[in-house]
Amino acid sequence: MTTTVPRPPGRPTVRDRLLRLAETVTTPLLPEDYLDLVAPLRSGAALRGRIVDVRPETRDAATVTIRPGRGWRGHTPGQYVRLGVDVDGVRQWRAYSLTSPPGRRDGLISITVKAIPDGRVSNHLVRRARPGTVVQLDQAQGDFVQPATAPARILFLTAGSGITPVMGMLRAGAHGAADVVLVHSAPTPADVIFAEELRGLADRGAIRLVERHTDTEGVLGVAELGDLVPDLLDRQTWACGPVGLLDAVEAHWAAHGAADRLHTERFRPTVVTPGAGGTVTFARSGVAVSADGGTALLDAGESAGVLMPSGCRMGICFGCVVPLREGAVRDLRNGNLTTAAPGDGVLIQTCVSAAAGTCDIDL
Amino acid sequence: MTAIQKKAHNPIAHLTAEDIENLGRELDAIRERVLASRGERDAAYIRRVISTQRRLEVGSRVVLLFSLFPPAWLVGTAGLAVAKILENMEIGHNVLHGQWDWMRDPKIHSTTWEWDHVSPAAQWKHSHNELHHTYTNVLGKDNDLGYGIMRVDEDQRWHPMHLGQPLWNFVNACFFEYGIAAYDLELGRNLRKGRHKAPEFRARARAVGRKIRRQVLKDYIIHPLLSGPSFLHTLAATFTANLIRNLWSHSVIMCGHFPEGVETFERRSIVGETRGEWYLRQMLGSANISGSRLLHIMTGNLSYQIEHHLFPDLPSNRYQEIAPEVRALFARYGLNYTTGALPKQVASAWWKVIRLSLPNRPAPAAPRPVDDVPAPALAQV
Repeated sequence: MTTTVPRPPGRPTVRDRLLRLAETVTTPLLPEDYLDLVAPLRSGAALRGRIVDVRPETRDAATVTIRPGRGWRGHTPGQYVRLGVDVDGVRQWRAYSLTSPPGRRDGLISITVKAIPDGRVSNHLVRRARPGTVVQLDQAQGDFVQPATAPARILFLTAGSGITPVMGMLRAGAHGAADVVLVHSAPTPADVIFAEELRGLADRGAIRLVERHTDTEGVLGVAELGDLVPDLLDRQTWACGPVGLLDAVEAHWAAHGAADRLHTERFRPTVVTPGAGGTVTFARSGVAVSADGGTALLDAGESAGVLMPSGCRMGICFGCVVPLREGAVRDLRNGNLTTAAPGDGVLIQTCVSAAAGTCDIDL
Repeated sequence: MTAIQKKAHNPIAHLTAEDIENLGRELDAIRERVLASRGERDAAYIRRVISTQRRLEVGSRVVLLFSLFPPAWLVGTAGLAVAKILENMEIGHNVLHGQWDWMRDPKIHSTTWEWDHVSPAAQWKHSHNELHHTYTNVLGKDNDLGYGIMRVDEDQRWHPMHLGQPLWNFVNACFFEYGIAAYDLELGRNLRKGRHKAPEFRARARAVGRKIRRQVLKDYIIHPLLSGPSFLHTLAATFTANLIRNLWSHSVIMCGHFPEGVETFERRSIVGETRGEWYLRQMLGSANISGSRLLHIMTGNLSYQIEHHLFPDLPSNRYQEIAPEVRALFARYGLNYTTGALPKQVASAWWKVIRLSLPNRPAPAAPRPVDDVPAPALAQV
C-alpha cells in the first residue's frame, strides 16, 4: 500500500513526525504492513479480531468467540458487528448481532451464527471456522438497543436467529427490574438457540418465555399474539426475525397506533434477484442509465458520458476496475455472477461485466 | 525473426480459421477450470510469499546495519537482492496484473498496490498490462519489442544508432528500473514530439520524480544513515542489491519475447482479430524458461511467459500446473513451444541484440522455392 496515512489538519505532533520518518524507511509500503505480520491486533491497526472459540449451539448454529483488536470501542447490547471473513480465499463481509454482554472482563466478544441454506459465510463460520483465524471487523453499529432507562414492561418477539440481538440484551441484564416477556419461534425445541439459558431464565422467573415450535404448532400469527400477551401494545417491543414476521408486526402495531413502542431489526441478506440488465447508477457522476445484460458497464457508462477508467477492454489489464457499491453484475466471458451489498468493497472490471440487476457504481 | 506474415514458411499456414477458434475454446476451458478451483490454497500461497518477502527484507536490512563487517555485508546484500527480486517479480508484477484481485483483500489488490520500483504502479500498469499485453509482438504497436532503443526484429528499420545497441542494452540492464520508468513515460517519444510541456506529461513526470525521490531517500540516505559507521557499506550494499535485481529482471524479461523462435506480427494483421487469433499470437509471441521451482518463483513465474501471456490474470502459482496441458495443445495444433534453460535463452536474446545492431544481410538472390505459398495475414486465416 503506497498511500500515506491521512493526518488530521493542524500542527504535526511528534508522533506524526515519527510516523512520517517511519514511512520513508518502509516506502512503498507503510510501517503497518510490516507490523501487521507480527501484531495484527495491535492498537492503531485496522480493526481485526482473532477467533478463539467456535461452539455449536444447535445442529445449524454456532457461537463464535473473538478477541477483538485493541481498537475495539465496545458495543451496546443489541448492536451488530460487520465481519470480514475469507471464505475460499475471497473476503466476504456480513453483519452479525453481538451475543456477548459488553465489557467482558476477558475482553472477548461473541456472535452467534445460524447456517442458512447456501449461505457462504454462515456455513463457513458454523462448520469450518477454526480458532486462531484472523477476521476483519468494523466497530459495532445499530440502533436496535434499549434506552438508557429501561422500560418497566418489555416484549421481545423473535424467530430463528432473531434471538441473537435479544440474547445480547438479556445477558447484559435487560430483564433486571423489568417485566419481560419473550415470545420466540423455532421449528422444533432442538432448534431453539440458547434454549438452556433461556429456559433457565424462565425457570428462575426472570422472564416469561413463550416458545413456539412452528413444525408442530404452525407459524405464529399476529392475531394470536394478543392471546399470548394480553398487554401487548402497552409494552415496549423489540422484534427481530424474518421479513414476513416483521412486516406483519409493523402493520399490526401501526394499525393500533403503537408504532412508537415497536423497535425492529431486519437482517438484510443481499436480496438481489439477478436478471439480465438493469438500471446502473453512477452516483458521483449523477448519471443513471438502463443497460441490457449484454452490454459491458464500461460501454454503458461511456455512452452516458461518465468518465470511466478503461484499458484493454478485453478483461486482461485491470485498468477499468471500480467499486460496485450495491447490485449484481455478470461476467460477460463466463456468465459468473458477482453481487455486492453496501460496505462489501466489491471491485469489478467494467469492461467484461454487464448489469444483472440494479447496480450502484462508485464513480 | 521476421513478421510471421512475411515468412517463407508460415508456421500457422496449416491451421484453418475453425482450428484457431477451436484452439481458443480449448484455452478458454483451461482458464475456466483454473478459475473454478481458485481458492484458499492460492490465497495462502500469495500471503506466504508476501510474508516471507517482508521478513527477508527486514532481516536483511537489519543485518546491513552492521555492514562494516564483511560477512554481514555479504549476507545482507544477498538477502536484500532476493527480497527485491521477489517483490518485483512474484509479488509486484503479478499483483499489478490483477491476479489476486479476486480475493477482495484491499491490501493485495491491483488498484492499491505500489511496488519497490521507481516507475509508479499506475504508469507501469498502463504501458505493460494495457499496451504490451494487448499488442504483444505487433510491430509498431508493442514497444516492448526493443523498448524503443533497440532493434530486435529484422522487420524493424535499421538506423546507425542501433550499432551501439549491445551497449545500450547493457546499460539498460544495469539501471533497468529507471529504463522502465522512462519507457512507461514514453520519454523519448514525448521529448522528440515536443510534448514534454503538455500538462498531462508533466503531471506523470512529476509522479515519477516523487517516486524516485522516495526510493532514493530510503535506499541511499535513510538506511545508510541508520547504519551509522557502516554508512558507506550499506550504501554500497543497497546499490549492489538494486543492481542484482535489475540485471536479473532484465535477463528474465529479455527471455520472454526476444529469443529465437518467437514470432512477430504485422500491424494490419490484428485488425478484426478474433479471440482465437489473439490467443494464437500470444502462444507464438512468447518464450518460456525451463528450470527448478526456485527459478520459477524468482522469475515471478515469468518463466511460464507463454501461459502468462495466454492468461495474464490467473494466479501465478497456477501457470506451472497448466503448462503441460498448454504444451500438449501446442503439439496437437503443430505449433512451436519455445522454451530453454536460462543461460541458453539469455544468450539467444543477446545474440539477437548483437546481430541486429547491424543492418539485415541482403536477401539471397536465389528464386523463392516453388512450394512457398504466400502466408495469409492472420486476420484472414
